[in-house]
Amino acid sequence: MTEITSASAVALAELIATKKASSLEITTAFLDRMEKLNHKTNSYLHINPETSLEQAKNADSQLAAGKRMSALHGVPIAVKDNLTTTDAPTTSGSKILEGWVPQYDATVVAKIRQAGMPILGKTNLDEFAMGSSTEFSAYGPSRNPWDLDRIPGGSGGGSSSAVSGHLAPLALGSDTGGSIRFPAAVTGSVGAKPTYGAVSRYGLIALASSLDQIGPVTNSVMDAALLQDIIAGHDPHDSTSLPTSLGSMAQAVSTAEVKGLRVGVVKQLSSDGFQEGVKERFEDTIEKLTAAGATIVEVDCPSFEYAVAAYYLILPAEASSNLAKFDSVRFGLRVMPEGNPTIERVMAATREHGFGPEVKRRIILGTYALSSGYYDAYYGSAQKVRTLIQQDLAKAFEVADVLLTPTAPTTAFKIGEKINDPLAMYLNDIATIPANLAGIPGMSVPNGLAKEDGLPSGVQILAPAMQDGQMYKVASIIEQLYVGEWGAPLISQAPDLEVL
Amino acid sequence: MAKEQLMSYEDAIERFEVVIGLEVHIELNTLSKMFCGCANNFGSEPNTNVCPTCLGLPGSLPAVNRKAVESSIAIGLALNCDIAATGRFSRKNYFYPDLAKNFQTSQYDEPIAYEGSISVELETGEVFQIPIERAHMEEDAGKLTHVGGATGRIQGAEYSLVDYNRAGVPLVEIVTKPIYGALDKAPELAATYVRAIRDIVKAMDVSDAKMERGNVRCDANVSLREKGAEKLGTRTETKNVNSLRSVENAVRYEIQRQGFILAGGGSITQETRHWHEDRGHTSSGRPKSDADDYRYFPEPDLVPVQPSIEWIEEIRKTLPENPAIRRKRLQESWGFADLEFRDVLNSDLLDEIEATVAAGASPQSARKWWTGELARLANSKQLSVSDLAISPTQVAAIQLLIDNGDLNDRLARDVVAGVIAGEGEPGEVVEKRGLKVVTDEGALIAAVDKALANQPDVLEKIRDGKVQAAGAVIGAVMQEMRGQADAARVRELVLERAK
Repeated sequence: MTEITSASAVALAELIATKKASSLEITTAFLDRMEKLNHKTNSYLHINPETSLEQAKNADSQLAAGKRMSALHGVPIAVKDNLTTTDAPTTSGSKILEGWVPQYDATVVAKIRQAGMPILGKTNLDEFAMGSSTEFSAYGPSRNPWDLDRIPGGSGGGSSSAVSGHLAPLALGSDTGGSIRFPAAVTGSVGAKPTYGAVSRYGLIALASSLDQIGPVTNSVMDAALLQDIIAGHDPHDSTSLPTSLGSMAQAVSTAEVKGLRVGVVKQLSSDGFQEGVKERFEDTIEKLTAAGATIVEVDCPSFEYAVAAYYLILPAEASSNLAKFDSVRFGLRVMPEGNPTIERVMAATREHGFGPEVKRRIILGTYALSSGYYDAYYGSAQKVRTLIQQDLAKAFEVADVLLTPTAPTTAFKIGEKINDPLAMYLNDIATIPANLAGIPGMSVPNGLAKEDGLPSGVQILAPAMQDGQMYKVASIIEQLYVGEWGAPLISQAPDLEVL
Repeated sequence: MAKEQLMSYEDAIERFEVVIGLEVHIELNTLSKMFCGCANNFGSEPNTNVCPTCLGLPGSLPAVNRKAVESSIAIGLALNCDIAATGRFSRKNYFYPDLAKNFQTSQYDEPIAYEGSISVELETGEVFQIPIERAHMEEDAGKLTHVGGATGRIQGAEYSLVDYNRAGVPLVEIVTKPIYGALDKAPELAATYVRAIRDIVKAMDVSDAKMERGNVRCDANVSLREKGAEKLGTRTETKNVNSLRSVENAVRYEIQRQGFILAGGGSITQETRHWHEDRGHTSSGRPKSDADDYRYFPEPDLVPVQPSIEWIEEIRKTLPENPAIRRKRLQESWGFADLEFRDVLNSDLLDEIEATVAAGASPQSARKWWTGELARLANSKQLSVSDLAISPTQVAAIQLLIDNGDLNDRLARDVVAGVIAGEGEPGEVVEKRGLKVVTDEGALIAAVDKALANQPDVLEKIRDGKVQAAGAVIGAVMQEMRGQADAARVRELVLERAK
């Protein structure tokens, strides 16, 4: 069954549509592989084969009745565990939600169900998506299929390790400062963060409301495009979801053309602080695009210097408020304190026991940043930086159709390497954070293995807000250039998880 | 708790200037809640009107109720406020178990309406302009019930229950600027202002406006300063003043309490206080200082509300007549004396009387019915007058029968009883109960003659000019006619036949 589990989602959808394989067979193949290998990667927090198989059978009967619900009908999918599902617990990687089964499906979950896609399971993440490695998951870190001693990126390391380890053909992730793109880059997969508002956040357990966006994690650009087409669209439950459609990403991918393309390279994100092999890969990508006929321009985004600082004020501020609801009153963990159990003491004991160290760190940071007397200096200033970043980008997009950067400064680091150094951990997101602050789309595609460690590297494509199609086009061009060179997607070079 | 010592009201007013500020919360009567589709319904089984959003479940998001925005704009316009071109929501962060998300979605620096004023007239006819600082939208919290304690309060309770049916119900909070110069009238002015707001939102039908249900809730800020002083004194905010009488009493109490402390050289603690209507005093709640930190920040889950000028103007066109102006107009057109009119207002019968007059009854007769017989009936049935099963049109029809001489007052009361008992329209009741006044002169004369013959002594007295003696004969005739005669006509006949 390795053929099935290593096939792209598009290929699987084709097998199902042409009745060469059933959704049940394909879903079973993945479940078997998960059963065998999930203990190596810890990609999934929750697997329920019965419900997955049930959904696969449904997809097959729909097809038998002539109803093909979407381009990915019957293709099973993994879902990040901060998206609510009525048929599986949703923990957001936290002890405080252990065992909680939501009363409602997230809009994206409803959409993939509607699209005839069985859900394989819920994937691991840093607690409440706070982290870049999944080491802050209350349920242990996920591991990178390229090297099990290394992190698969975060916060969506469960989804990235599942997809790159062929424990799922594709997955849903969420990206607040790089949580889709960084994991994709370090596992050799594809990850896209759509324009803010392109996909409904209803049912996404909020980290930072103004930054969060749900997107696809896949092994090919076309797979990502098809999944984004399924999950995008206005949702009356989410006031911040865009009222207008951004068009079909799959359509954009199939009409990608390099001629006349103007590619901007961000001065601030191309030299200092980047691993040598990552830089070398990035230069290689630029050379390939140039050779293919693109024009390269250098763009100046001076405010990017302040992006990480602003991000680590806005995110904790919003998160400190978003996480206030975890108080033991209506759902989730309840810890009774010793002595008189007043409501204040029950809330405090629950939060003390239920939240991990990184969550507490950010709640404290955010509470402080919003305090009266500090608001202007911290939250207020950070919002100003946000405006400046948007202005830098607007200027850059006057001369370039897309901007390229390395997705991350390094390849996958070792588990434990940065766990005690929050600042070093935060800097992983230096290239991905500006897109969240500005609300623009960003995507990571593999661009080879870094020469010094042989681990995957990714290139990030940024496009103007609402021009996700443009981003997908360029992602597709880069993918084609590399597949042309390698003869197959980068993921085919990954070691065999079964023998690792 | 021991009552605090008070200064006499007169002494306090003599020495200090009173400054008040009022915050009135209006619960809107929209069908659904502020940020979700749950029913906004008072009195449902606990926790039945709830969903992921108003329960604050992980992943849920708010979406603004357009009708609530419309009602809020309407309230702003009725208070002569400017309407903000863009108004955003903010989060007010604090932990409390009745607050599902542990933050209240409210408006902070960008209220929907600001800078207004309304005029309020005291009983003396003195008119005050009350400056309105802002009116903003927010959501209500759930309701806590403390079980096991002696007092029903949280202190001493064994446990507490939360009902989230009210969580997310739309509120508009109307905040005045400091109100100066009310002098000894401050308590009355406070109550009259709250009443004016209640009347306005009721007339607009944006709220059920029932204070006893908490549809209209008032927090009263009171501070005193030595006469002539520049600086405002330290204020207290009295919560839980949920009737007009409580507003007046609570403000008066605070003036006396603060007066005593200040006169003795003490200082006022800035705090929230709770009004206990039953015991007629306020007690200290939690200390409140300007350092109270709600960590407000713009609600990132909602886009700003940006009402178009066209929409605002459309809403403006739907505003009803200002209740105060309407009252003035009606009193003038009906020619009621001040006392009569106050009676009408106090019994809250303006609408009924207006409708009865519109259906053809004279204003005075309409007033007499509603404030007299009907009020008495309602009272005996422990109903409010407006809940009686009789419409203004029916009352007017009955009055018309009186005016035409078809009914006398007593018969008319029987018809009213019949209508309320569900026996049909007034005409049908008259028919079924056989209540028409006897107009057959022959029968009347016969009865009069018979009664006079039966009471020769009375006849004598009448002939001697003691006309008041006729009453006994009239009574006998009325009895003979089983009440179905026009007493005035009977009287005429008695005097005529006695000659």
